[in-house]
Amino acid sequence: MLILALVFGATFALAQDHDHGSHDGHDHDTHETHQPHNDDHAHADDHGHGGSCGDHHEDSGYDPVSTVMNHIADANEFHVWKGVHIPLPLFLYAPDHGWTTGLSSMFHHGHQAVDRYVINHGRVNRVADDSFPMGEVHIDGILHKVEEVNGKNKDVYYVCAKGELFKLDPPSTVDGGFLGGGITSFYDFSITKNVFTLFLAAILLIFVWNAVARGYKKNEGKAPSGIQSFFEVFFVFIRDEVTKPMIGEKHYERFQPFIMTLFFFIMFINLLGLVPFFPGSANVTGNLAVTLVLAVFTFLVTNLNGKKDYWEHIFWMPGIPGWVKIILTPVEILSLFIKPFSLMIRLFANISAGHIIILSLIGLTFLFGDNGQNVGGAAGGALIGGLFTAFMNLIELLVALLQAFIFAILSASYIGAAVEEHHHDEAHAH
Amino acid sequence: MGAIGAGIAALGAGIGIGLIGSRAMEAIARQPEAVGDIRNNMILTAALVEGAALFAIVVGLLANG
Repeated sequence: MLILALVFGATFALAQDHDHGSHDGHDHDTHETHQPHNDDHAHADDHGHGGSCGDHHEDSGYDPVSTVMNHIADANEFHVWKGVHIPLPLFLYAPDHGWTTGLSSMFHHGHQAVDRYVINHGRVNRVADDSFPMGEVHIDGILHKVEEVNGKNKDVYYVCAKGELFKLDPPSTVDGGFLGGGITSFYDFSITKNVFTLFLAAILLIFVWNAVARGYKKNEGKAPSGIQSFFEVFFVFIRDEVTKPMIGEKHYERFQPFIMTLFFFIMFINLLGLVPFFPGSANVTGNLAVTLVLAVFTFLVTNLNGKKDYWEHIFWMPGIPGWVKIILTPVEILSLFIKPFSLMIRLFANISAGHIIILSLIGLTFLFGDNGQNVGGAAGGALIGGLFTAFMNLIELLVALLQAFIFAILSASYIGAAVEEHHHDEAHAH
Repeated sequence: MGAIGAGIAALGAGIGIGLIGSRAMEAIARQPEAVGDIRNNMILTAALVEGAALFAIVVGLLANG
């Protein structure tokens, strides 16, 4: 049973992962409110020989909000430092053109358009204009403007090529425009930073848990050894502190793999997100699409396993007067959806907030340094920001584990409520 | 305005989680042998309070932008 649980735990992660892969294509990046920072400026200056492109200079300096939002968003490449990127594969689909595949390095850091696609702040965008030529085209830069759309100020980007401006379409998101996205002219199924990290976490989970499962086969009846002894602590903890008390002695074994998968999957991607360089650095659980999929899994597992008593308590609560039932039933039905929704928002907001705080503290260096004008200020900012960042990283380490635990324990308590069987002779005190 | 609303939401959650923590500490002092159960329920309740506050914060920040 133990080995079965462990192996299931690992394979479950992969199954979930495929799901993310296909979802992430269009609904990530809810923070499309970037403004240009200095990189763009440099582009416009260096390549501003294209007539009308030179006229649209903005004086933005260091913009802390847009820089932070840009860093917590998903990207089609890994940014190492200025000018150095690790490219990621692209799978782009436009209904009017078909598939475009390649590596994100084919955009030459925003100096080349391929099949109307360009890279803008690490994300692939598409030129919405039909007159823009297909194939590889040199572009002079990307301009940012703030335009009023339906009474709201929105960031609009223009590609500058051959002395003309072409409007850019943002990537598609499934929120229907609520968070600034919407369905645009193309679909992005690429292996982005987030998808890459999801795959990495899944591979790590399979690798680690296969090693642990092998350990249980080898050391049957003996003391655990190696990596097995490290993970047995977690396994026993989840079993004794989460699933057994929350789901109950009778049913907990059935849900142990699911709860374990949730816990370790969230823990691994949270911890990978805390690594500030290449294999990590993606804000995966700080992405609504990912937490949505995780919450939908909990929702499905909870409700597909709901017993008769569970549904009776939702639709027609026994033991209370009729008129209260009329009020209570809509509230109970609503709470059915609020539970996974709060799971989704809690994980997303906690992890995003942690990333935003760390990035803001590091941003103090640039803010105090006055964009390279004030070296003393930059050093002071680096000192203060660095100390606080070290402190925040320790808190984030705790939060990474705590949020995985909270997601697991709340999922277990929802499942526990669904599979619980009431004895109808006992008083209904709830 | 959204930022102010988010701040007020954080205030409410702070008071709520503080109360949970203080009562949990008292309970642990009274019954040290029940520390495991109390800790679990404390985290669970704090997570629920925090969830409500995060709703408010997200709504507040969305209303801002």
